[in-house]
Amino acid sequence: MSETIEELVSQEYKYGFTTNIETDTIPPGLNEDVVRIISKKKNEPEWLTDWRLKAFRLWKTMEEPRWPNLQYAKIDYQSISYYSAPKEMKKYNSLDEVDPILLETYAKLGISLTEQKRLSGVAVDAVFDSVSVATTFKETLREKGIIFCSFSEAVQEHPDLVKKYLGSVVPYGDNYFAALNSAVFSDGSFCFIPRGVRCPMELSTYFRINASNTGQFERTLIVAEEGAYVSYLEGCTAPMRDENQLHAAVVELIALDNAEVKYSTVQNWYAGDKNGKGGIYNFVTKRGKCLGENSKISWTQVETGSAITWKYPSVILQGDNSIGEFYSVAVVNNRQDADTGTKMLHIGKNTRSTIVSKGISAGRGNNTYRGLVNIGKHATNSRNYTQCDSMLIGNQCSANTFPYIEVKNSSSSVEHEASTSKIGEDQIFYCKQRGINTENAISMIINGFAKEVFKNLPMEFAVEAQKLLGISLEGSVG
Amino acid sequence: MIEIKNLHASVNGKEILKGINLTVKAGEIHAIMGPNGSGKSTLAQVLAGHPAYQVTQGEVIFEGQNLLDMEPEVRAHAGVFLAFQYPVEIPGVSNSYFLKAGLNEIRKSRGEEELDSMQFLKMLKEKMKIVEMDPSFINRPVNEGFSGGEKKRNEILQMAVLEPKLAILDETDSGLDIDALKIVSSGVNKLKSPKNATIVVTHYQRLLNYIVPDVVHVLVNGRIVKSGGKGLAMELEANGYDFIREEMQQSA
Ligand SMILES: Nc1ncnc2c1ncn2[C@@H]1O[C@H](COP(=O)(O)OP(=O)(O)OP(=O)(O)O)[C@@H](O)[C@H]1O
Ligand SMILES: [Mg+2]
Repeated sequence: MSETIEELVSQEYKYGFTTNIETDTIPPGLNEDVVRIISKKKNEPEWLTDWRLKAFRLWKTMEEPRWPNLQYAKIDYQSISYYSAPKEMKKYNSLDEVDPILLETYAKLGISLTEQKRLSGVAVDAVFDSVSVATTFKETLREKGIIFCSFSEAVQEHPDLVKKYLGSVVPYGDNYFAALNSAVFSDGSFCFIPRGVRCPMELSTYFRINASNTGQFERTLIVAEEGAYVSYLEGCTAPMRDENQLHAAVVELIALDNAEVKYSTVQNWYAGDKNGKGGIYNFVTKRGKCLGENSKISWTQVETGSAITWKYPSVILQGDNSIGEFYSVAVVNNRQDADTGTKMLHIGKNTRSTIVSKGISAGRGNNTYRGLVNIGKHATNSRNYTQCDSMLIGNQCSANTFPYIEVKNSSSSVEHEASTSKIGEDQIFYCKQRGINTENAISMIINGFAKEVFKNLPMEFAVEAQKLLGISLEGSVG
Repeated sequence: MIEIKNLHASVNGKEILKGINLTVKAGEIHAIMGPNGSGKSTLAQVLAGHPAYQVTQGEVIFEGQNLLDMEPEVRAHAGVFLAFQYPVEIPGVSNSYFLKAGLNEIRKSRGEEELDSMQFLKMLKEKMKIVEMDPSFINRPVNEGFSGGEKKRNEILQMAVLEPKLAILDETDSGLDIDALKIVSSGVNKLKSPKNATIVVTHYQRLLNYIVPDVVHVLVNGRIVKSGGKGLAMELEANGYDFIREEMQQSA
């Protein structure tokens, strides 16, 4: 039966196509000039060029982290091109001006950028390789004072806001990949929800890597002012290529008093083939800061893609009574490696955090949860609840859990639960005996396992994520 | 309904069933009794198609079809139901979701229309009354945290929903209190019709007071060594299996 399990986990990646479009790509290599060229192409103010250069100089002195439980070929940073954009990228006044090939690409990915056709009420910012190609529903949002645009545009039109918050949660020298990103980031999304405004629709960015030999280094900055609320979704895909591609993003979230930011990701970067050839190296720094009192930041992630995942969406609980949440489903199959988890840093009083991590390993996948809960001296009466469950499919995969807990005051408490289970022949047989075939049985068992995470996703996204989970595990059991 | 001929089966190379012959007709109830480890559950699992057991000889004809050639879910579609001796837990999947998925697969295979959530729920609630199960079980995860008796009752609920042609109940009575035993038995009796058949595996004659069998078989060491009427169960209850073993030795 394990043979049949193995068969089920291997199903083709359906977003692996390439778009043929003329690009403006700078030659591979990284030095100060490259950093300057990127900054110049984007017509950036001097302070930002300087910020990038500082980051670059620091990065040169840093070393790639070796502590993650990941195995991958050494990355040659000089062989990567740090900027690629569809040619003739101008500011579009309307979507009608966007190259139809790009619109078609996104349509193939199931994302319609044509606003009129979008009934779902989700505003989308589409990032193609290094640049944002279109942002929908901008006008509707602007009426409420909400800014939702590409990062480059924000630098031009709202430089003060960008200057105030950029690097305030993830400083440019935070870690190796964050420093690299700070030096060469190309584009990304910017959202600003003013005081007291509830964003009336889900905001969403769709990242697409197309060009070969390029890295994607986007930056997302989301600011929710006092009493504001926003729910943000992120999706990603890449073509199937034999060589590995680097993706090193930085996401910063800021919540002021009584504000709430909900950030959901469905990550489906190309994971490489059965034998581990190709796929995206995903090294991402995501962090939110609950700056204000009673603020709340929650991360929900469904990670099914990438050859290598290194990702720890975290929350700094600075404001008193603030809340941080992390809900994660990470699936590895074939030769995928994931080292993911979260950090909850309790600084304010009465702060609370919840961590629910569900790791699913199939094929020869290797899944590691790494989490840190730190409750500081002044974070009195704070609480953390952590639940970490792993499920194994077949006999060749593995799961590891590394929870680190530091509590520095006596009125706080931390609760940790962990479990590892194997998807059982008996569970599958039981389903089959009731008329349900193997594939549906597995999908049912896995979705049951990940249910607590899915219920935190916006409805449409949850349906999507469940399907994705089924697909990424097809061929693993039978 | 079902005809089992010279069925041999092993697990991990060890032969457990050593030539079972058994015919059950529509409308009948057969009881299988026998000492621990004699192969009763193995027989039930083999009929349902558990992949851990290898059939080495013999055949099983179910409603004119070769049962052993069918995948477990196809057997379920054809109307074979097994109430497990040890029902399996499926965390995070609600009882109703699970049962609806199963029922709709079965209906689909028969060319019947699938039930939508409303129709299904209405039907489920009716069936829950038969086994006197609290509606709170609708949304609880399949068997998770259920008491032993609740699990058994849940098996009968599933049987009531799926309406099989052949139901095999593997020690459904064990772990049930007296009241539950009556409820479950009356559930089984209510579902009985001239068109379906039941095989009950049990250790206790007590159950057979409620579910009255047409034939009682005694399974010892992988073979059916004696068959008879309801009286045979009483005899076993009174004398244990020794007298059968003695009979076997004498005839050997
Ligand atoms: N998967 C297995 N691996 C090894 N041995 C097995 C396996 N399944 C069954 N057996 C063995 O087969 C024999 C018959 O088991 P079975 O469960 O069919 O007995 P039973 O008649 O149902 O007993 P009980 O009355 O205790 O339920 C036992 O000796 C058991 O240990
Ligand atoms: Mg048994």
